[in-house]
Amino acid sequence: MKSVTKAYQPISWPTKGAGGDTGSWRTHRPVVDSHICNKCQLCWVYCPEAVIERHEITIDYRYCKGCGVCAVECPTGAISMEKEE
Amino acid sequence: MTTSIKKLPDFEQVLSGNGACGGCPSTMALRIVGKALGPNAIMLLTPSCAVASMGMTPKLAYNWPCINVTFATAGSSASGITHALEIMKEKGRLQGELPTVFSWVGDGGTYDIGFQALSAAAERNDNMIHFCYNNEAYSNTGVQRSGATPRGSFTTTTPTGKRQPKKNMTRLMLEHNIPYVATATVAYPGDLYDKVIKAKSIPGMKYIEILAPCYLGWQFDMPETVKMSRMAVRSGAWLLWEAENGRISFNSPSSLIISGKREAEPVNEYVMRQGRFTRLFKSAAAESRIAEMQADIDCEIAFMRERAKITT
Ligand SMILES: Cc1ncc(C[n+]2csc(CCOP(=O)(O)OP(=O)(O)O)c2C)c(N)n1
Ligand code: SF4
Ligand code: SF4
Ligand code: SF4
Ligand SMILES: [Mg+2]
Repeated sequence: MKSVTKAYQPISWPTKGAGGDTGSWRTHRPVVDSHICNKCQLCWVYCPEAVIERHEITIDYRYCKGCGVCAVECPTGAISMEKEE
Repeated sequence: MTTSIKKLPDFEQVLSGNGACGGCPSTMALRIVGKALGPNAIMLLTPSCAVASMGMTPKLAYNWPCINVTFATAGSSASGITHALEIMKEKGRLQGELPTVFSWVGDGGTYDIGFQALSAAAERNDNMIHFCYNNEAYSNTGVQRSGATPRGSFTTTTPTGKRQPKKNMTRLMLEHNIPYVATATVAYPGDLYDKVIKAKSIPGMKYIEILAPCYLGWQFDMPETVKMSRMAVRSGAWLLWEAENGRISFNSPSSLIISGKREAEPVNEYVMRQGRFTRLFKSAAAESRIAEMQADIDCEIAFMRERAKITT
């Protein structure tokens, strides 16, 4: 398998950001209130973008598209969608 | 017992910063599927949103070897690969566990354009998993009707709402007498995960169809992908079941609807939230056309209840 060289083949390789820095698509930013969050991980499991860290519940804003699914599914209301500047 | 969310593995097979729309049900589902399949797999795709979401060369958003094949050929291409792997193993050119060969294909590539090749692969019982992520239209090209589009739905090719009921693809696959057929949807990730783990362990042809509510095609608000998926199940518009060697069992909460322990919610609430049906509400024949949609759902529930009593 090693013989395939990147230079001569039109082959793609698994890399984050294959669609660009998709965080720039956001109109609203999910913000987690850690005092309310009960760490149930529902936001983590439903995030289509895999940008939520499941234990600390922190969000990678470089790629988060701001879809708002996490905020709708959060059972405690810990996530608010704040308008981007 | 369904696997709890906290027990799902950490690793990600769908990488952040992919090309899908925000809230995309295809990437949402594929993420969970990836956790069940693990990295030792080969992915086939036909033209679709899932291909558009892969990103731009030389980057790739899916952490597997991926092969983009022509629209009609998911079934036959996956057959070729799975046979090649078996022969390589026989000749000693591959050691260890063989990779899982799976196709990740839309409803267009499954119900319509890829149907023949898939049916043939099923009849041969070739060793693969065919996933259909069903967003009920040809979404990538701007939402045209497919065989999976339900009655009443607006698409760009059904401007007054589709007149015909959808093709019953899961039942067609069931009647191919393959070892495993299952339905799933994004609101129930543990159920999906368990079904993929099971499918992976069974040799031969496996078919898993995942209802994938697409905000763009269905015209609801982007943050409501999961909510819409849950409503589809609660209204009985989508039933969760699996069939191992033809033996059907229903999964919660569809099992409650089938057994009569819980009433299916009326279809109105589910369709009212979707722009693709709202034209219906404005038409003079609104009542009778919504009644038709409700009848389609009731009929499927009644049919599946009886069909599950037959074991072949
Ligand atoms: C033979 C052929 N016909 C038409 C197309 C154009 N095409 C590309 S993607 C697509 C829609 C696919 O629909 P579906 O399989 O449901 O996947 P989705 O886009 O909904 O995810 C179409 C029609 C094509 N690439 N090849
Ligand atoms: S807004 Fe969407 S992409 Fe961002 S963290 Fe929430 S679910 Fe993930
Ligand atoms: S869904 Fe809400 S409560 Fe649960 S982990 Fe996420 S932010 Fe915390
Ligand atoms: S159109 Fe729908 S299925 Fe396609 S990428 Fe967008 S949300 Fe996903
Ligand atoms: Mg589709």
